[in-house]
Amino acid sequence: MADVTLRKVVKRYDEVEAVRGIDLDIADHEFVVLVGPSGCGKSTTLRMIAGLEDISDGDIMIGGDVVNDVPPKDRDIAMVFQNYALYPHMTVAENMSFGLRLKRYPKAEIKSRVDEAARMLDIVELVDRKPKQLSGGQRQRVAMGRAIVRNPKVFLFDEPLSNLDAKLRVQMRIEIKKVHQKVRTTTVYVTHDQVEAMTLADRVVVMNHGRIEQIGTPNELYHKPATKFVASFIGSPAMNFIPCRLEDLAGKLHVRLTDRVVFPLPPARAARYQGVPRTDKLLLGLRPEHITEAKPHSEPGIETFDTVLDVTEPMGMETLIYFTMEGTQVCGRVNPNAGAHDGGPLRLAVDLNNMHLLNEVTGVVL
Amino acid sequence: MTTVTIDKAGPTRKAKYGSMSRDRTWALRWSYFFLVIFAIFSLTPPIYMLITSLKSSAEISAATNPWWVFHPTLENYVGLLTSNQFLRFFWNSAIVSIFVVTITMLISVPAAFALARMRFWGSTVLATGVFLTYLIPETLLFIPLFKMFAVIGDWTGVQLINRWYVLLILYPTLTVPFCTWIMIGYFASIPKELDEAAIIDGASWFQTLTRIFIPVAFPGIIAATIFAFTVSWAQFLYPLVFTTSTDQLVMPVGIITTLIKGDVFNWGQIMTGALLGAAPPLIIYAFLMDYYIAGLTAGATKG
Amino acid sequence: MADVALQSNRAAAQAARKRSSLHKMLKRKSTVAFLMTLPLILLIATLVIYPAFYALHLATLNKSMQRFVGLSNFEFLFKRETFWLVVKQSCIFAITAVIFKALLGFIVAHFVHNIPAKGQRKWRGMLLVPWVIPPAMSTLAWLWLFDPSYSAFNYTLSFFGIGPIAWTGDEMWARFSVILVNIWVGAPFFMIMYLAALKSVPEQLYEAAAIDGANWWQRIWYVTLPMMRNIIAITTLFSLIVTFANFDIVRILTAGGPLDHTHIFATWAFRIGIEGSDIPLGASVSLFMVPILAVAAIFILRDISKRGNEA
Repeated sequence: MADVTLRKVVKRYDEVEAVRGIDLDIADHEFVVLVGPSGCGKSTTLRMIAGLEDISDGDIMIGGDVVNDVPPKDRDIAMVFQNYALYPHMTVAENMSFGLRLKRYPKAEIKSRVDEAARMLDIVELVDRKPKQLSGGQRQRVAMGRAIVRNPKVFLFDEPLSNLDAKLRVQMRIEIKKVHQKVRTTTVYVTHDQVEAMTLADRVVVMNHGRIEQIGTPNELYHKPATKFVASFIGSPAMNFIPCRLEDLAGKLHVRLTDRVVFPLPPARAARYQGVPRTDKLLLGLRPEHITEAKPHSEPGIETFDTVLDVTEPMGMETLIYFTMEGTQVCGRVNPNAGAHDGGPLRLAVDLNNMHLLNEVTGVVL
Repeated sequence: MTTVTIDKAGPTRKAKYGSMSRDRTWALRWSYFFLVIFAIFSLTPPIYMLITSLKSSAEISAATNPWWVFHPTLENYVGLLTSNQFLRFFWNSAIVSIFVVTITMLISVPAAFALARMRFWGSTVLATGVFLTYLIPETLLFIPLFKMFAVIGDWTGVQLINRWYVLLILYPTLTVPFCTWIMIGYFASIPKELDEAAIIDGASWFQTLTRIFIPVAFPGIIAATIFAFTVSWAQFLYPLVFTTSTDQLVMPVGIITTLIKGDVFNWGQIMTGALLGAAPPLIIYAFLMDYYIAGLTAGATKG
Repeated sequence: MADVALQSNRAAAQAARKRSSLHKMLKRKSTVAFLMTLPLILLIATLVIYPAFYALHLATLNKSMQRFVGLSNFEFLFKRETFWLVVKQSCIFAITAVIFKALLGFIVAHFVHNIPAKGQRKWRGMLLVPWVIPPAMSTLAWLWLFDPSYSAFNYTLSFFGIGPIAWTGDEMWARFSVILVNIWVGAPFFMIMYLAALKSVPEQLYEAAAIDGANWWQRIWYVTLPMMRNIIAITTLFSLIVTFANFDIVRILTAGGPLDHTHIFATWAFRIGIEGSDIPLGASVSLFMVPILAVAAIFILRDISKRGNEA
């Protein structure tokens, strides 16, 4: 059990900087997920923590000790790989105990640790099988078991679920969460799947182009994204960004989307955006759930307008609608009974209490 | 059978399917026909070896139907297997092959591991060099090597020429490059994560090689071993050049130089010897055909 | 300001420390790697590269190897009719044999591929036997099949009123026999390589071609051959090297005769260098194999590095 600290960590491959100075404090027992598109440097960061990649600059500390030059085996970490990396010639039990056997642990202790991990992961009846005889989910469990028996300071997961089908992924996600609740080992988990990140993490680290975009709890990231990248990366379907400008009309701050569509801002928002220059090119960020069918009664901050739908996607419990606004495709979520159909007109309501305003040039959320 | 019934009974529309499958049946018949011809071509020499080996000298010189044994006898086999000289050839071949296989694997497996996994200065050049070495035929090197060993004998007094163990130095030049090359291919096909997992589990490079790579690439090890063995067993030029005394000869050279005495060809014994000389590779092939073929195709398809 | 300077100083120191320790680690790993490849390097250096250059040196000495004679060994060879005969025969031998091996291998591979998968193993197993038997041993069987007085082939042909043929006695027939045995030994290798390549051609391509109305010949021409081009090229080049440098078959079957009409570089070099004890001249002869081997090797390397880049 230990905390992990990254100080200005840089990774350079020849001329390319894959990781450009990362600062990150991971507390003991914490479950941190690094998330981002492929090539954002998340895997490289994880592999530097593991010691599989040398760091070009900066420091990595595990449990307070700088481990920059410590070989992987002496860092007291365990890693679960995307393709599981199970030793194909060893049985499940041998796979799980390989590290302990190399360290010459007493046989009895190895056995008790393997048994315990197998029981925890519900793979007791599989311990004598070879990896080839296991399903994807079972292999995943064995890979986790191999990490657990080592009882390391830190667990590292490198996209462990991306080789599983969707259904199994959900199941294993819960499994990983359960294991973490039991063993409470500090965990760094890398994924490109924002749903996985949101559901598993105590804190999510969103990375892009080798930098950290934002660190926060899943809710913080969802409701208070710091940048356009985070706002668009977290949440599915993604947040809508509609070009807009701020305008003062009749002494009140309005947001103008098109020539005809202008909404007054709710008081709290108006106060926050008062200082934004009126000439700035801005983006109105609205999540699909904040664009719904208009209700008969009006509520503060909820504004209505009419539009013609392009396409509708019935999802069962809701219907996704798509329409165009000033050349931008916008997605909304309406009740299946709202009467939305392809090409049909619909009166929609936007919830400006949950709006975001972004600078179109810098991508910063104001 | 089914096609025939369809053709007879079926209306015109069905005849179309019938003609499709009739085409296929004919293609199949032709395939079998030619395969039988090619199989006869392939197997005639070894079968003729067997036929002749079962004949007595009298029957051979009687010039009866050469394709048939009228009075089968094992006298050729008994003659050879009780001859100390022939057993000596067999023994020399076996010893040389086993040693060469061992030496080859000891050199090529660690080298292949280093070249496949531990990128270091010059490793790609070396890998290419290994492959080039494999392309250099022994017929290019036997004369300078012969002179080299003669000179070494003169300088140091260590006599290597006309000693069977000189072959232990020579054969690895034929086996090591190819075995290294195919082992590089096998090792490279092992996912990178597997050695990373081993490293995190605390394995050293050496342990990664012995406890992960060798067991996982075991089919490759077998293929390389078979290759090294068959090359050592079949090699003809080097022993012909480097060994002359009958007690130092290996099978192929021994059979040819001792059983052919001037113009007197004892064909029954020669064929028996050839068959016995061909037996070890054939037996290995019969039992490990898939590995044999894997090794054969690996050289050109891997890498 | 001072703070910044201090910081950058520290950063520089840190970077330096890191680089040196990193360097140490890399050095350690590469040292281990170097030690693991050392036996291989030594083997190649002393027993392949050194003798190759030693051959060049030997070729410039006189017969007793006491005097440097420059290129006069080569001049001597160029003036000998036998040398040009050997050049001609080596080329005919290698090219003819490789072409027929490639063709035969291709055809047989197709037939094996054609039959139901269940029986393929059996046929493949039988057809590869010529490659498995040590060539020296199988050539003895051929020698016996070609025997001047007891030839089993002549016995069979006599029923058709043909022969007797002097398989190894007549110069043209001797060349034919040598090439035939070489094809017999080498064709299975092509067959196996082609078969592996055929298996890797996706079945959908043939189905697509069949739907497009291609007949069997068009399917081979437009689907099979393009897909197998790489394997065909590399196998042919491999075989060209091996065939060109062949020794066993010619040595045992004809020993170069009749009257040097089947000698190729390797057997003639052996005759001159080892049997004739003229090591410099023998080395000179064997060196003539280098150009064609080098050309083939360059093409193979190019192909392999090309495939490496694609992967």
